[in-house]
Amino acid sequence: MNAATLFGVCSAALVGLGLYGLVIHPRPLRKILAFNLLGSGVFLLFGVVARRGAAAGMGGDPVPQALVITGIVVAFSATALAVALLLRLLHETGRTTLNADASKNPSNNRPRESANS
Amino acid sequence: MLAVGLPTAGMLLSLALGGRLTGRTAQFLLPAGLGLAFAIVAGVWRTGDSLAYFLGGWAPPLGLALRADGLSAAMLVTTAIVVCATGLYARAAFRIPPGISEARAPLVFWVLLMAVWAALNLVFLGDDLFNLYVALELLTFAAVPLVCLDGRAETLSAALRYLLFALFGSVLYLLGVALLYGGYGTLDIALLFSLVRPEPVAFAAAGLMTAGLLAKTALFPLHLWLPPAHAGAPPAASAVLSGLVVKGSFFLVVRLWFDVMPGLLNQAAAQILSTLGAGAILVGSVLALRQARLKLLIAYSTIAQIGYLFLMFPVAGGSASPQFGSNLALTGGFLQAMSHAFAKAAMFMSAGLMAEALGHDRIAELRGVAQMLPVTVFAFGMAALLLIGLPPSGGFVAKWLLLTAVITAGQWWWALVMLVGGLLAGGYMFRVLARALGEAAEPLIPRTPVPRSRELIALALALCSVLLGLLPLRAFDLLQIGRQHASPVACSERHTISTTGHWY
Repeated sequence: MNAATLFGVCSAALVGLGLYGLVIHPRPLRKILAFNLLGSGVFLLFGVVARRGAAAGMGGDPVPQALVITGIVVAFSATALAVALLLRLLHETGRTTLNADASKNPSNNRPRESANS
Repeated sequence: MLAVGLPTAGMLLSLALGGRLTGRTAQFLLPAGLGLAFAIVAGVWRTGDSLAYFLGGWAPPLGLALRADGLSAAMLVTTAIVVCATGLYARAAFRIPPGISEARAPLVFWVLLMAVWAALNLVFLGDDLFNLYVALELLTFAAVPLVCLDGRAETLSAALRYLLFALFGSVLYLLGVALLYGGYGTLDIALLFSLVRPEPVAFAAAGLMTAGLLAKTALFPLHLWLPPAHAGAPPAASAVLSGLVVKGSFFLVVRLWFDVMPGLLNQAAAQILSTLGAGAILVGSVLALRQARLKLLIAYSTIAQIGYLFLMFPVAGGSASPQFGSNLALTGGFLQAMSHAFAKAAMFMSAGLMAEALGHDRIAELRGVAQMLPVTVFAFGMAALLLIGLPPSGGFVAKWLLLTAVITAGQWWWALVMLVGGLLAGGYMFRVLARALGEAAEPLIPRTPVPRSRELIALALALCSVLLGLLPLRAFDLLQIGRQHASPVACSERHTISTTGHWY
């Protein structure tokens, strides 16, 4: 087993773990973390692709590496946005869950009028 | 090129200028962008070929290309019209109150409207799969905050749920991109078209990318995020989200299956996609029938209408006269996408006006609203006709084309689903209109005066979708422009023709 295959298997495992976490965990924070795990798996896969596509005498194909940089920036901002939303949700309601019966909670039961404006 | 640059510049300018200038920048840029979209259509129509622009003069596979073919030109114009109408409509809702130099909601709204527009244009024009990934992410990041503009708890959780679904979708799409690059060494759509062969890596990539895009398009059964998000957003934002944003990822599904790997679209894949579409039509319509609030009903109807879009796939994958049937279905599908964009935007706008005037949007208490806001209810009714698919409207022509296509392909069961979907749509729209047209015991007094101009904007959008149905069918040849690459040879010819570098 060479290095590229090993990393490929690792990335597949990361993707699998992340996907599992994203689907199974009900809590948003866990989902965000699982998304990051899944993203890392994909980035690692890009690295493997770069290594396998290396031309003679080069360490790796530069294009996937450039893609990974962009991907990391995007994933970072996605995580930041998600965490910011979650924090705001915590401030507003004191919860960090996404259950649908939020409006039944008397503490944040506002008049119907404002809900429709 | 300018089509992407203009809204982006607008977004950055609005953010930098801040305050009152934000809205004014948008007012100034919206007509300019509309004109530009029409110029692109005229260019595509005149040359009869796709327009391409290579960023920095680097041709693929090293560089990135932006390419406008018939499909993208049509979607660009639709987007520009809807965004302009939304801008006009939102002027009243997102005006900065006198005495304050800057308010949060208007600033954010105008900046994000520009951002959504820029991202959509990039999605329609992009010719590189990774570039398209970035465009999709921009679209998501612009759309999610629009959902929670008013900052209430339920819209926040709707936005968070939307974001989680979207992130799930985008990471799957990215995984597919990685596999495709690993398999073929390029991400340019035209180059991939000539390279992709039906083999495991292509199937895996196509499956992952499609699943990711479906989550963003809210196709059944990945639709759970859509109703709370679209119903909770302010009406102007809902119009853009429901009419346009879901179309962005749908457009990519079509690009993927028709332009990147048409060889892969076998019977099984096509049947899976259209079964999901049929499920969306039935589930979305039935759920829409059960809603008590108008905006939720409209949001569920979006799910059903998205289902129709996916009924164009079985014909394309069918065996009987594939070229003819696939063109028919493609035209029908895109006509449906465009007319749904107009109609749904008009519908959310008129629902927003009704909610403003009544102070609520409970369907059971709509009685008498037609006397109070006749123009609004008329616009809503016209949009409803279109969603049901009654002539004369773009929705009718679209559904008729799709019906003809599936029957030509000998797959009558999809026709049955379409007809049932039309009946159900008639049912839920009738529920609203029957109430709205009913006499009230005493005349209703609007809580806030509704300016006639805003009613007319909703009406104009509904009219747009009706006009789409009155256009001669020949006009839809536009959609086929730049799509005649049946063989790799034709593809490379197209490549050399379009390297002249138009500055759009």
